[in-house]
Amino acid sequence: MERKQELVQDVVIKFAGDSGDGMQLTGTQFTNNTALLGVDLSTFPDFPAEIRAPIGTLPGVSGFQLHFSSNSIHTPGDAYDVLVAMNAAALKVNLKHLKKGGKIIVNVDGFDAKNLRLANYPDGVNPIEDNSLEGYEVIRMDVTKMTREALKEDKLGTKEKDRAKNMFVLGFLYWMYGRNIDSTEQFLQEKFAKKPDILESNLRVLRAGYHYGDTTETFTTQYVVEKAKMAVGSYRSIMGNQALAYGLIAASVKSGLPLFLGTYPITPASDILHELSKHKNFGVRTFQAEDEIAGISAAIGAAYGGQLGVTTTSGPGMALKTEAMGLALMLELPLVIVDVQRGGPSTGLPTKTEQSDLLQAVYGRNGESPMPVLAASTPSDCFEGVYEACRIAVEHMTPVIFLSDGYIANGAEPWQFPNTEMLPAIHTEFKTELGHSEPKFQPYLRNEKGVRPWAIPGTPGLEHRIGGLEKENVTGNVSYDPENHQTMVRLRQEKVDKIADYIPGQELDNGPDTGKVLVLGWGSTYGVIKTVVKELVDAGHAVAHAHLRYIRPFPRNLGELLKQYDTVLIPEINNGQLIKLVRDQFLIDAKGFHKTKGEPIMRAELLEEIKKYL
Amino acid sequence: METTTVERPQLSPKDFATDQEVRWCPGCGDYSILAQVQKVMPTIGVPKEDIVIVSGIGCSSRFPYYMNTYGMHSIHGRATAIASGLKAARPELSVWIVTGDGDGLSIGLNHTMHLMRRNFDVNVLLFNNQIYGLTKGQYSPTSEENKVTKSTPMGSIDHPFNPLAVVLGGDATFVARSMDRDPKHLQAMLLRAHGHHGTSFLEIYQNCNIFNDGAFEIFTEKGSKPEEALFLENGKPLVFGATQNKGIRLNGLRPEVVTLGEGYSADDLWIHDEGDLLKAQLLTRMFDDPKADHHLPRPFGVFYSVERPVYEDMMALQIEDAKARKGADLDKLLRGNEVWNIV
Repeated sequence: MERKQELVQDVVIKFAGDSGDGMQLTGTQFTNNTALLGVDLSTFPDFPAEIRAPIGTLPGVSGFQLHFSSNSIHTPGDAYDVLVAMNAAALKVNLKHLKKGGKIIVNVDGFDAKNLRLANYPDGVNPIEDNSLEGYEVIRMDVTKMTREALKEDKLGTKEKDRAKNMFVLGFLYWMYGRNIDSTEQFLQEKFAKKPDILESNLRVLRAGYHYGDTTETFTTQYVVEKAKMAVGSYRSIMGNQALAYGLIAASVKSGLPLFLGTYPITPASDILHELSKHKNFGVRTFQAEDEIAGISAAIGAAYGGQLGVTTTSGPGMALKTEAMGLALMLELPLVIVDVQRGGPSTGLPTKTEQSDLLQAVYGRNGESPMPVLAASTPSDCFEGVYEACRIAVEHMTPVIFLSDGYIANGAEPWQFPNTEMLPAIHTEFKTELGHSEPKFQPYLRNEKGVRPWAIPGTPGLEHRIGGLEKENVTGNVSYDPENHQTMVRLRQEKVDKIADYIPGQELDNGPDTGKVLVLGWGSTYGVIKTVVKELVDAGHAVAHAHLRYIRPFPRNLGELLKQYDTVLIPEINNGQLIKLVRDQFLIDAKGFHKTKGEPIMRAELLEEIKKYL
Repeated sequence: METTTVERPQLSPKDFATDQEVRWCPGCGDYSILAQVQKVMPTIGVPKEDIVIVSGIGCSSRFPYYMNTYGMHSIHGRATAIASGLKAARPELSVWIVTGDGDGLSIGLNHTMHLMRRNFDVNVLLFNNQIYGLTKGQYSPTSEENKVTKSTPMGSIDHPFNPLAVVLGGDATFVARSMDRDPKHLQAMLLRAHGHHGTSFLEIYQNCNIFNDGAFEIFTEKGSKPEEALFLENGKPLVFGATQNKGIRLNGLRPEVVTLGEGYSADDLWIHDEGDLLKAQLLTRMFDDPKADHHLPRPFGVFYSVERPVYEDMMALQIEDAKARKGADLDKLLRGNEVWNIV
């Protein structure tokens, strides 16, 4: 029969099902397939904190949102064009974000009496049987039945067979978007290289799903999204935590310092540990400690020994590391503390995103304890951002906090990966001997940057002691002298403040140099701010966007830049944190927009907010 | 081919002293420990710059300031974790952890136990004075029951730890005990600890003459020491007493004191075997109240010493193996397997 191919520019698909339905894998596979076509994309995985919430229930729904486009895009999208609902609970949780007229691909088997009850539908109500989905295009598939049918010759048990259901859906979507299935076939062959039975069944179901689209006469249209107009170059798809791990390895290679990660598993930071532990060939030492405190302490030990010490965590773990961070600050050793933020306080929302550790990062230690703070804005920005955090740590002999969040950590986007020769140098300098005019080593003698020398154990003639007690200026001996303490408090502050001389000035991301509104962001709100400001700029409004990587210290020109607009609006996924820092430092009446729902800010809500100031 | 050997001058204990004034209370047992460590260090064949002393918080943890080596006075309870990272990063260094009964067994016990399990090749010197000195006299996790201190005016209701039993339970590979008042024995134990490849745990009974004076005098003073302290020697029978007239024999799994010549000879006694875990466990349990009737003497010396692979060696092996198999091409890593080009 005749096939029609329709060209579309922009698609948002939400894969939703039970935690055990393999929706994350399905989404990731479709993402990789999309990336290889050179289509721009942005993803947002959204899964429950429980490993296996009760099957079929609302809390057990796991989702993966993928936005792909032939235009340049920066968010996973507010609303979906296509919702894949593997069961009734998945439909119920996600229907509110489906566009009017959108498609729902339902697995009919997931709408039996039991599933409907578990999803809290009233007795006798089945949304795919009554007319409640009018206005949507419902594509009904009995995925379970067709999966079993495809595997009827196989010896596998029913349970094993049913596990391949997600491959059927994936195959069907590949057909629907005019893809070939090579990338997933290759993935399966690698994943199940040692389990030929499972490999064979997955491949067969994947192809069955594809052929189902191809041969069933109900489906007449394939939707094709063309390549995006991206800058010339080579791209790959990357997730935030992966980019962060690569950034650390790159900093290790470029600085010549072996990488040491001391850490303790915590959602959503654990994947950095998983990724780094795969790359021991770069001399990476990963140490899974007994707790968060031991993780950072071991990293401090490694830094003292002359390595690039790193610890990774999320909010609760960051709280535990606080005292050791103070020690690193007092020792004036390089250390990078990565906080992949999640919803707080306390254990909070482990798998949901939030930007609420900023004040903890800036202020959360005893005593006067200034520490540089940087933040990533997108998944791929984790690479450059953490690389820069490492550079500052090593060149300024200070612990540095690098903030990411759950949204960035698990999100994926195309990445124009750098040629490593082009990466900025990281200057590592160990003190190796006494100078001619130095009768004795002075561990706290500072250079013009306010930075003390890094003399590592094993260096003859430079034996010295450091510790958490207040240091005498220059000598580093213990000192309780009042004047000295005031001096040291000032010197430590000045050292961090001076970093502003060694970072770039703040640039505008978009918009006019002066005007009505400057939207000032940091972290993972980058995509939505960029999207909305671009719309407004294109419509002729005097709105601009600046996005901070350096939060402590701020870029030197930031105060001047903020003055060029009638209103400075600061959207954050917290209750107002950057806004406090900006008001405090620049004495301006910045306006805030705060959301604490454990989810990203949506395009529509930000647009509405900015319009208030136009 | 010509080889040149750089002759290093023989160092003396003075070379290990710093210009910092030692600030422990006059009469503190720490002075003796410092002196013995300074005496031993020139003899262990490790260059001064390769020695690192890491401590936590407490009176004992001031130790690094008085040793002219590399050193870090860190935060409460975490010296073991810091030393683990240092040793993982720099296996060639000789790393010494100085801690106390509060630092190492209270706030830091978690890390102490994990250090035992991992078996980094480091040395732990735990100064046990059974009291919190730096915070001025509260009971510690090794204080005896019913102890009256500033925080326990009606007597402590806490049951104390038996430190060596604790670390042996964590699969320590070297467990020993010594005392501040026996310099020769302490020096010998320090040398043994250094010689052990793996984590060595040396508990040192240390007198706090301000807040807990005389806690160990029954083991350390001339009058009572021969009857109360049992010095272990590998391969030798367990003998003690003023005239070496007493011994320990095993009655089944129960140690008992016998008098030599009164129906028992040295051949009947328990022969110490440092490689025997079960016997080492029995030795750590010779932990009676010395004031109680029919109590056993307290053992000093090396209880247990066995070899087990050390963490940093295995870590280095994995890295070498990965390097040999995969090389280290950063551009290849960043590029990954699935790339598309926009032209």
